[in-house]
Amino acid sequence: MRASEILSILRLEVALDLRQRASWGGMLLYVVSAVYVSYLAVKGGLGVALWNALFWIILLFAAFNALSRSFQREDQGRQLYLHTLVHPRSVVMARTLYNAFTMVVLSLLSLLFYALFLGTAVLEGADLGQFLVAVVLGAIGFATVLTLIAAIAARAGNGLGLMAILGFPLVLPMLLAVMRASKLSLDGVAWSVTSTYFGGLLLLDVITVTLAWLLFPYLWRD
Amino acid sequence: MAVVLLLIASIAGLRVPLSPALVHVSPSRIMPGEVMIDVTGYNTRFADGMRTYLVNDNQYVCPISVDVIDATHARIVAEVPAGMRASMTDIVVQGMTYPGAFFTESLGEGIESGSCAPTPPKLDLTGLGFTFPNRSILYESIRNLFFHVPMWFTMIALMGIAFWQSIKVLGNTDLERDRAARSAVQVGLLFCGLGLVTGAVWARATWGAFWTNDVKLNGAAVTALIYLAYLVLRGSIPDLYKRARLAAIYNIFAFVLLVLFLFVVPRLNAIDSLHPGNGGNSGFNDLDLDNRLRIVFYPAVAGWVMLGIWMMDLRTRTARLIEQMDR
Repeated sequence: MRASEILSILRLEVALDLRQRASWGGMLLYVVSAVYVSYLAVKGGLGVALWNALFWIILLFAAFNALSRSFQREDQGRQLYLHTLVHPRSVVMARTLYNAFTMVVLSLLSLLFYALFLGTAVLEGADLGQFLVAVVLGAIGFATVLTLIAAIAARAGNGLGLMAILGFPLVLPMLLAVMRASKLSLDGVAWSVTSTYFGGLLLLDVITVTLAWLLFPYLWRD
Repeated sequence: MAVVLLLIASIAGLRVPLSPALVHVSPSRIMPGEVMIDVTGYNTRFADGMRTYLVNDNQYVCPISVDVIDATHARIVAEVPAGMRASMTDIVVQGMTYPGAFFTESLGEGIESGSCAPTPPKLDLTGLGFTFPNRSILYESIRNLFFHVPMWFTMIALMGIAFWQSIKVLGNTDLERDRAARSAVQVGLLFCGLGLVTGAVWARATWGAFWTNDVKLNGAAVTALIYLAYLVLRGSIPDLYKRARLAAIYNIFAFVLLVLFLFVVPRLNAIDSLHPGNGGNSGFNDLDLDNRLRIVFYPAVAGWVMLGIWMMDLRTRTARLIEQMDR
């Protein structure tokens, strides 16, 4: 694993995504549709708890949708080609980084749309800085857990369906922690309260990335 | 061995009587003046001339008369004075206390204690032999300790074995170890189901609902989902070696996250659990005479864990035979 390898794979990902802009458009449209559907379904005010819960549910499904494609592009030939060029660990690190970046951008955009449609009344009493930290950390957490799951599902030759089944119970702990942290920050509590959650989430991310780093080479061996 | 231990634990767990205790006292509110109190006991041996008194913050009230109806029912008449200090009054019969038996009215600076106390006679257990603690709310359901709790111990042990076998599978793709991991997960899921059922029954009896939003219940649900997903993943890959490797990778990943979820996140979230030992609930350890429970509990745990491992071994061997026959 080398930094230059990771960088070149990252560059490849960006180039591919710039060439196929439809995939980013698809992800965004998915989120916007989800937000609009919930706007139509809710019709009117939501309490802090529900506002928060709905946001994270939308983000969760957006994450599954967005990250499932991260290993779908590889057919057998391309995977072999990558395998001969770089170490598998470089691949998984680059993908994790890129997915984390994708998720952060996607979650901030979703937050924008969500606030636009479902109202910002909830945000008035909130500590915005904390809430944004919670959103970013949650997005990174989803990305780290789901990257390896997406790889397993892609190798099993069964896309989104299997990924949802495999990933959901593993994301759940993270989802519970981040929902609670963001709820607390919406209530405007002090940093000292939420920082334990943020610390825990970071720790969870580090452990997940370490596991992905350890396990991924075995996944790519045939 | 496992069967013997389980037989001993089950017979002892189901047959040993509970120690005597007061289970019901009426009325629940006393006012100054003469009151008539009906006391119901469980496994008690009420007898004429038994010592009885009311306790209110170290003030004692002696009864005027004690009328024993049978071994478990008695009617006590007492003259309650005005001006007691605390709002809750306990009743003590034969050394058994029913705490917080009465709301007390007409509070004041305190009263003269009667002469019947404070030398509480020790609870007389002679002739009863070996008994389990009798706790309010739990009562007879305390026996479930020998079934519900070992289920989870066994499940964790089996999932730990599956984790270990999965690590070995990554080293060299050994189908035998893969079979062992799968069997461990299957039997572990069985114990997970049994733990959920025994837990639901116990929760209904003590908390009032089959399912509550509790940290440990969420943990159990996530565990079940993870390992069901593991089996689904196995089912969706036809190639034996690829299946073994992918399943092992998922199992290792899932087990580490699961351990974090079960043992770290509850502390991080600091959410109270209804389970004993959490959120200000007393654990079983501070039960009076908890050694009486331990004598049965430890053999029960050992028995269930051994039974689980034995079942896993049987499943592994039958799976191997079936595969050989197919070939």
